Amino acid sequence: MKQRPIRWSVYAGLTPAILIVVFAYIGTIVWTVGISFTDSRMLPVARFAGFNQYIRLFGTERWLTSIQNMVIFGVLMIGISLVLGFLLAVALDQRIRAEGFLRTVILYPYAISFIVTGLVWQWILNPTLGIEQTVRGWGFESFRFDWIIQKETAIYCVVLAGVWHAAGLVMAIMLAGLRGIDPDLWKASRIDGIKPWRFYWHIVVPILRPSFISATVLLSLGVVKLYDLVLVLTGGGPGFSSDVPAKFVMDYLFQRQNIGLATAAATTLLISVLCVLTPWLYAEYFRAEKRKD
Amino acid sequence: MTAPETRIRSVPMGEGPSGPAPKSLSTARIGIYAFLFISALFFLLPLYVMVVTSIKPMEEIRLGGIFALPTTVTFEPWVKAWSSACTGLDCRGISPGFWNSVKILVPSVICSIFVGALTGYALSFWRVRGANLLFAALLLGAFLPYQVFIYPLVRIYSATGLFSTIYALVLTHVIFGLPVMTLLFRNYYAGIPVDLFKAARVDGGRFFSIFFRLMLPMSIPMLVVALILQVTGIWNDFIMGLTFGGLANRPMTVQLTNLVAPTEGEIAYNVNMAATIMTAAVPLIVYFISGRWFVRGIAAGAVKG
Amino acid sequence: MSSVSIRNLQISFGALNVLETLDLEVQEGEFIVLLGPSGCGKSTLLNAIAGLLDITEGQIWIDGRNVTWAEPHERGIGMVFQSYALYPRLTVEGNLSFGLKMSGMPKAEIARRVLEAARILQLEHLLQRQPAQLSGGQRQRVAIGRALVRNAKVLLFDEPLSNLDAKLRTELRVEIKRLHKSLGSTMIFVTHDQVEALTLADRVAVMHKGVIQQLATSKEIYQRPINRFVAGFVGSPQMNFLPGALVRRENTTCFRLRDGSEVNLADYVFSRPFADGQAATLGIRPEQALLRPSEHQHPDRLEAVFTIEEPMGPDTLLWGTLAGESFSVRISSDQTPVIGAKTDVYVNMAQASLFDEAGDRL
Repeated sequence: MKQRPIRWSVYAGLTPAILIVVFAYIGTIVWTVGISFTDSRMLPVARFAGFNQYIRLFGTERWLTSIQNMVIFGVLMIGISLVLGFLLAVALDQRIRAEGFLRTVILYPYAISFIVTGLVWQWILNPTLGIEQTVRGWGFESFRFDWIIQKETAIYCVVLAGVWHAAGLVMAIMLAGLRGIDPDLWKASRIDGIKPWRFYWHIVVPILRPSFISATVLLSLGVVKLYDLVLVLTGGGPGFSSDVPAKFVMDYLFQRQNIGLATAAATTLLISVLCVLTPWLYAEYFRAEKRKD
Repeated sequence: MTAPETRIRSVPMGEGPSGPAPKSLSTARIGIYAFLFISALFFLLPLYVMVVTSIKPMEEIRLGGIFALPTTVTFEPWVKAWSSACTGLDCRGISPGFWNSVKILVPSVICSIFVGALTGYALSFWRVRGANLLFAALLLGAFLPYQVFIYPLVRIYSATGLFSTIYALVLTHVIFGLPVMTLLFRNYYAGIPVDLFKAARVDGGRFFSIFFRLMLPMSIPMLVVALILQVTGIWNDFIMGLTFGGLANRPMTVQLTNLVAPTEGEIAYNVNMAATIMTAAVPLIVYFISGRWFVRGIAAGAVKG
Repeated sequence: MSSVSIRNLQISFGALNVLETLDLEVQEGEFIVLLGPSGCGKSTLLNAIAGLLDITEGQIWIDGRNVTWAEPHERGIGMVFQSYALYPRLTVEGNLSFGLKMSGMPKAEIARRVLEAARILQLEHLLQRQPAQLSGGQRQRVAIGRALVRNAKVLLFDEPLSNLDAKLRTELRVEIKRLHKSLGSTMIFVTHDQVEALTLADRVAVMHKGVIQQLATSKEIYQRPINRFVAGFVGSPQMNFLPGALVRRENTTCFRLRDGSEVNLADYVFSRPFADGQAATLGIRPEQALLRPSEHQHPDRLEAVFTIEEPMGPDTLLWGTLAGESFSVRISSDQTPVIGAKTDVYVNMAQASLFDEAGDRL
């Protein structure tokens, strides 16, 4: 008998994964995208509506603001976290006393839920309760730090809380990368007479490029999914000034009962993520193929 | 054995410096310590505020000064938060939420890790057509925003009567945890020599028997990492618990938002902060105990592509 | 004037003394090898010369200047590491010029130096490549080039060949020797491989537990090791050690082995007086034991039994026992030894070594 029997057990073992991918991933995506092309309001309806929902979506100021906020949050939170995390890792790499303690302190925020993060920072940034009130209590009567209740600056408070949560993660990734660098490289630079900061900027940073990319990818996951933090820190407000796409979708799905609009928004999010991901994955796949030769 | 002193010509020390060079605490080093100190303050600030506020009596809180140390220490807010604070119409404190979270956590962690390990095992050692495609689809799923999946899932759960049950939540956590768990275990199994697996096949092992008897016991390090990641992720989850849990199964994070929601009268910040600490406690304790494993988990999850 | 002068050097880490009252004079243009097992302090000494380590006491002079407190880049040295430590994302040209660029040297001068170093090291056609694209030998040359562009008079090598496979090691060893001939710089080379030491060095400093046991030419170290450690560390297979006692006869001296057999020490040159009946160890290198008596001097005859024969191409190694001790002999492959039966072994005592109970040479 030349034919190899099909190994049913392997497929049995893969059944959960296959079911999940087919139904929970692909199935739901198809369904969501499908609804976005209908007139559905509270319940799905099979009335085809073309691109109406999308037109309505991009005419909604709240949606446009939320997209803008997501971009601002993404750029600032990732940028600041990368810089801060890198600097912290470099500082900790200098044979510091109490390195273990400092590492624990910097990384613990990552173990904290976004809900807790948002709540605590909301209290700290609250003008009547937190920083503004305390500094005024020290005698600086005219001190102002009411970003959280101002339309233009509310989103920056979200950035602050996000950096607090994520910088430790970046630090951990960078520190691991730094520890993997050949120590003789540092010695060679001392013999060449190269100043430490130049060494870090010209030699170390290029070596750590993969770590920067890893960190950026991980943080980006959080940017698109941002919901809990905004819900609790600012409620999307004041008004809708700190709204983010995830919250927009959730609100329209379950509160405002407009699933047509909500799914259009969700689909838009999906497409933008795919647009960014596909070229990157393709490049990674290509590089992996090249390496195989 | 001593070296004869006469063999090597000894030159007397000349003039100029000798011995260790004088060490001055350079400005750079002071700067580094200052930077780290200020950063530590920044990161500790919320924890400090939570702890300090939760043990202050209301009179002190009314005085303001969120950063001031308490002059009288009371644990009454903690008791209230646990057993008598109001979350909506229910005034049993946040303890129901705690037990709900536990009820959700244990099966979710076990199931998601099990399925992830099984899938990772299948994809690593067994040649299956479309394995790479499946894996790519899984990874892609990890990147996509939840909102795309949520509504259809709600409908499916309603239709099957699972909505608002623990089962729905466990299933949800398995669904959304699968990509990362599979990635972790696949990477881990990639590091195990194929010869071990081949030897097991030769000894008569089959798919499931090899998994349960050989691979799973060998995966202890990765199981620990997966455990830490999932305990943290699932305990801290909010959106799934809110959407799929229903009233009866609200996890602690959801209960917390209800507890601290502004009501009439004055806000009991000390009770709120106590409840917050309790909600953060479980993953925080896991973090403090596991330390290095936690970092290893991040590093393992960060190895993407 | 010596190129490098180490005076009364002591390096301690806490209570542990790694190096103690160490003195070393290296002449200009000399190739000195620091040889020893792991932990003997050779790398510590090299790093101290480079200025990468703090010293506890003593002075370091390079080229007539007291550099004890000077920074590594102020000492006029270059260093080649085990991993070469080339800057990974820079080209060869970038690697050679990086340090100079950072110090603000004018571009024209940098270019001139880089081209000159590239010419000497035959790297001109590789200037635009990155380290990952270079072979081991090419990387080594770039590492040396980094030192040359800074006009370093002293080159330090920290076990650069230890990571390589045997073939590459032999090739690069020859390259280093060739470079030394053409550059004429002072070179201090650290290794645990005694073959590298013997082939490359003008003088070898054999180190053990932080002390220089012997500082002499390769020939001297091999033929007249100053103590038992040096004798056993240098030479492969290891020198045969036969314990016994010295016996004075009327007009000659003999060495009595444990099994009672005696050899005449008339041809041996003693460096110190000894007592009758003093316990000692006789050291005979495998190639110094012959199966046939040679014509010149009076080789003494001993009896051994060989059990294992290892043909190695041009030579053959024989392993067995003599007077109850394990004994190895290296013979030419055209001889046919007797395996399993008692064989006569002849030794020329002028070549042998004698060590007292403390291990020092007699």
